[in-house]
Amino acid sequence: MASTVETEHHAPAPAEPVRDGIWRRPLKNTGLVGFLTTVDHKKIGIGYALGALFFLLLGGVEALIIRAQLMYPEQELISARTYNQLFTMHGTTMIFLAVMPLSAAFFNYIMPLQIGARDVAFPRMNALGLWCFLLGGVLLNLSWFFPGGAPAIGWFAYAPLTDRQYSPDMGTDFWIMGLQILGIASLVGAFNFITTIVNMRAPGLSMMRLPLFTWMTLITSFLIILAFPAITIALVELMFDRHFGTYFFNVEGGGKPILWQHLFWIFGHPEVYILILPAMGIISEILPVFSRKPLFGYPLIVFSGAVIGFLGFAVWSHHMFTTGLGVVATTAFAFLTMLIAIPTGVKIFNWIGTMWGGRIRFTTPMLFSVGFIWMFMMGGFTGIMHSSPPVDAQQQDTYFVVAHFHYVLIGGSIFALFAGMYYWFPKVTGRLMDDFVGKIVFYLMFVGFNLAFFPMHILGMTGMPRRTHTYKSEMGWDQSNFWSTIGAFILGVGILIFVIQIVYAYYKGRKSPKDPWDSRTLEWDTDSPPKEYNFAYTPVIHARDQVWEDKYGVEAKRMEKIAPGKHGIHMPDQSWWPLITSIGLFIACLGMVFHKQPIPLTAEAVFGLEIVIFGLVATFVGMVAWALEGPGGFHLHPDPAEYADATPAPEDGHGHH
Amino acid sequence: MSSHAANTDDPHAALEPLKKTSTGIENKKLAMWAFLASDCMFFGTLISTHLIYRKVYPTVVEPTEFFDIELTGFSSFILLMSSLLMALSVSAAHKGNIAGMRRFLLGTIFFGLIFLSGQVYEFNHFVKDAGLTLSSSVFGSTFYVLTGTHGVHVALGVLWLSCWTACSLPKDWAWYTLRGGRFLWLPIRVIFAPMVGRYKHENALDVEVAGLYWHFVDIVWIVIFTAVYLVEYLPILGF
Ligand code: HEM
Ligand SMILES: [Cu+2]
Repeated sequence: MASTVETEHHAPAPAEPVRDGIWRRPLKNTGLVGFLTTVDHKKIGIGYALGALFFLLLGGVEALIIRAQLMYPEQELISARTYNQLFTMHGTTMIFLAVMPLSAAFFNYIMPLQIGARDVAFPRMNALGLWCFLLGGVLLNLSWFFPGGAPAIGWFAYAPLTDRQYSPDMGTDFWIMGLQILGIASLVGAFNFITTIVNMRAPGLSMMRLPLFTWMTLITSFLIILAFPAITIALVELMFDRHFGTYFFNVEGGGKPILWQHLFWIFGHPEVYILILPAMGIISEILPVFSRKPLFGYPLIVFSGAVIGFLGFAVWSHHMFTTGLGVVATTAFAFLTMLIAIPTGVKIFNWIGTMWGGRIRFTTPMLFSVGFIWMFMMGGFTGIMHSSPPVDAQQQDTYFVVAHFHYVLIGGSIFALFAGMYYWFPKVTGRLMDDFVGKIVFYLMFVGFNLAFFPMHILGMTGMPRRTHTYKSEMGWDQSNFWSTIGAFILGVGILIFVIQIVYAYYKGRKSPKDPWDSRTLEWDTDSPPKEYNFAYTPVIHARDQVWEDKYGVEAKRMEKIAPGKHGIHMPDQSWWPLITSIGLFIACLGMVFHKQPIPLTAEAVFGLEIVIFGLVATFVGMVAWALEGPGGFHLHPDPAEYADATPAPEDGHGHH
Repeated sequence: MSSHAANTDDPHAALEPLKKTSTGIENKKLAMWAFLASDCMFFGTLISTHLIYRKVYPTVVEPTEFFDIELTGFSSFILLMSSLLMALSVSAAHKGNIAGMRRFLLGTIFFGLIFLSGQVYEFNHFVKDAGLTLSSSVFGSTFYVLTGTHGVHVALGVLWLSCWTACSLPKDWAWYTLRGGRFLWLPIRVIFAPMVGRYKHENALDVEVAGLYWHFVDIVWIVIFTAVYLVEYLPILGF
C-alpha cells in the first residue's frame, strides 16, 4: 500500500496516558490474529458473509435430507424424530444463521461505503456482533453432539411442547441459549447501524439522498431493536420454566401456552420484514443501474418501507387465526394484514416503473432482481390469500403455508441476496464473476426453486399437513412430492455451482475496474477493493445518485472532495476484547444449558450455576478491559495521488474520522 | 473518538469534537437512546406478561396481604431521589468539577444500594413469610422475574457508576485502592485499581450517557411500582 503509517499513540505525549489496558494492542492486521482482532467493517462484513454461506449450505443439506425422506410415500430413510429435528434446525438455521447474517454482511460492508463513512460508529462493538453470531451458530449446532440431539420443537417452538416434561433433553436448551446469543449479535449490530446512518453521513448526504439500501438498513435496524426484546424475554421466561420451575407457559401451574404464541409472533412477524427489507434495498440499488434510469418514486419507496416496518408490528396474530382469538381481534388483524399488502404493492409498481422504458442489461444481478420481483409477488399473493381468516383456516399448517413462505424467503430474500453478491463481489474482491456461469446458476436456481415449491401449493390445497414425516400413497400426493424433491436437488446444484464460482472468481477472476457496472452510488467511487480507510478524501455530496451525476450530470451536481488534514486519516486500533467478551457470553450460555443436566461421561447432573457465573465474570472482565483500553487509534496518510483533485482541508481539520 | 482531543483544561472544548456528527448529537448518546427504546420493549413484554396473568387469575393470590407498601414506597422514593443526585453528577461533570461529580456519584450509588437492599429484604420476606416463590404460583413467577430484571438493571447501573467513580479518583489513589482498602474484596480491588485516575473532561459525555440509563431505570420503576404494587390497592380504596 502506498500509504505511510504514523503510530501516534505508541509514543504518547506525556500529558496523555497510554490506554493500553492489560496488554499491548495487537498491531498486525493480517493473518489469523489480524482477523480475530479486526475492527474493520469490511473484514467483519466478509466474516459475516462466509459464516452465513457456510450455514446456508448446512441448512441446505438438512433441507435435502427432508426432501429425500418425502420423495416417496411411506419411506423410512430417517426416523420421525430425526425428521422433526431436521426441520427445526433447518428453519432456525436458515432464518437466524443464513439470511439474517447475509443481510448483516451487506449492512457491514456496503452501508458505510454508501454514506462515505470511514467505518461504523463503534467498530469494536461491530466485531462483538460478528463473534456472537458465529458462536451462537456453534452453540445451536453443538446440540447435535449431546444426548437427545438437536431440538425437535419447530422453529417457532410452541408451548407446551417445549416444557421440560415433553422435551426433556438439552436440545431445547441449546436452542434457547443459541438464540439468545444470536439476539445479542443482532441487537448490538442494529444499535451500531442506527448510530452510523443517522450520525456519520458524508457532508451534504441528507436523509432523502441516502441510497435505498442504506435506508432499508436503517429501517431493518429499528425493527430489530424493537422486535427482538419480545423473543428475548419469551426465551428468558421459557428458560425459567425449564430450569427454575416457573409457570410462564406450564399448563400444570396455570401458565398459558397461547402467551408464547403471542410473544413469539410479536417478534416473528417483524422478523419476516427483517428478512425481506434488506432484500428490497438491494433490489432498489440494482434495478436502476441495469435499467440506466433513476429509481422511480424514490420517496414513495422509502416511505412505504417505513410503513411496512410500522404495520409489521400490528399483524402478528394472523399467525394465530385458528386459535380462536375472538371475532373482533380476528377481524382487526385480518384487516391490518390486508392493509400491509398496499405498501408492498407500491414498491413492486415502483420497481416496474424503474425498468419501464429503461435500457435494460440482463446481467446476472439483474436476472436475480427481476426473478425476485416475480417470485416475491407470487409469495405476496398467497400471503394475501391467507390474510383472510376463513381461507387461512383451510391453509394453516398445510404445505400451502410452506409454499408461501418459501416464495417470499427464497424467491424473495435469497434471490435478492444472490443478486447483491453478484453485484458487489467486484467491489469487495476487485475481481469479476463470470456472467455466463452466473446465468447458469440463476436458471438452475429459478427452475429448481419453482419445481420444488410450486407443487406445494397444490399439496397444501389437497390437505397435506406440514411437518409430516411421511404420507400414504392413497392420498394422491406422490407425484407432487417426487417432483418437488427433484426441484430441491436442482436448486441445490445451482447453489453449489455458485459456491464453486465464487471461490474460483476470488482467486482467478478477471480484475475488476473501480466501477464495472456503470453504477450510481458512492461505494463505486472508491477502489475495488476499498483501502482500509475507505475514501482517501471526504466526499461532499450534491445529489442522490452522486456517482452517476459525476459521470453524466451537470457541473453543479458534481461531488466535491476534501483532502485529509495534516494529521492524515484517523483509524481505530484493533482489539482482542470483543472476541473475549463474546467467548464469556458463550460460556455463560453453555453453562445455562448444562445447568442441572446430565452431561456425557457423568450421566448425572454435576453443574449448578458455576459455569454461568464464570462466563458472566469473564464477560464483565472483557467489558471493563474493553473500556479501559479505549478506542485507541493511529493515523494513516494516503498517497496524495488518491486525492489529487480534492480541495485542501480547513486549517484545523483532522480530515474525517 | 480519538483521545488526542483531550489535552485541554476546558471541559466544554473537550466535548466539542464529539458533537461533530451529522445531527450534532454525540454517537454514544444516540446509541444509548436506541438502546433505551429497545429496553422499553424488554420491560413492556415483562410487564404485559405480569398484567395478563393478573387478569386471568384475579383471586389466586391477594398480594396486598403480604406487600409492605410503606417500605416499597420508601425505597421507590429513594430511587427517585437518586435520579436527582445523578442529574447533579452530570451537571458537575459538565462544569469540570470532578470532586463534586464524584460526591454526587457516590450519593447516587448509595441510594441505588438502599433500593437494592430494600428489594433483597422484600424478596426474603415474601419467600419466608408469605411463601411466594418462583414456583408457588404464576404470580410468583411473573413477579420475581419482572422485579428481578429491574433489580439487575439497577445493580448494573450501580456497577457502571462505581466504575466512573473509581476513574474519577486522583491518580495517586491507584496504589491505595490496590494495596490499602483492605476491607475491599481482592477481585474488586484488582478490577477497580486500573481505572483510578483515568477520568478526563471528555468523559463527561460517558457520565451523561450512564445518567440517561439511570434515569430510564428509575422511570421504569415508576411504571412497575404503579402496575405491580399500587393498582393492587385500588379495590381496597373502593375502586
Ligand atoms: C403481502 C405480504 C404478506 C402477507 C399478507 C403475509 C401473510 C401471512 C400469513 C397470514 C401467514 C400465516 C399463515 C398460516 O400460518 O396459516 C404467513 C406465514 C408466513 N409468512 Fe407471510 N405474508 C406476507 C409476506 C411475507 C414475507 C415478506 C415473508 C418473509 C420474507 C413472510 C414469511 C412468512 C413465514 C416464514 C410464514 C410462516 C411462519 C410459520 O408458520 O412457520 N411472509 N404470512
Ligand atoms: Cu406474519
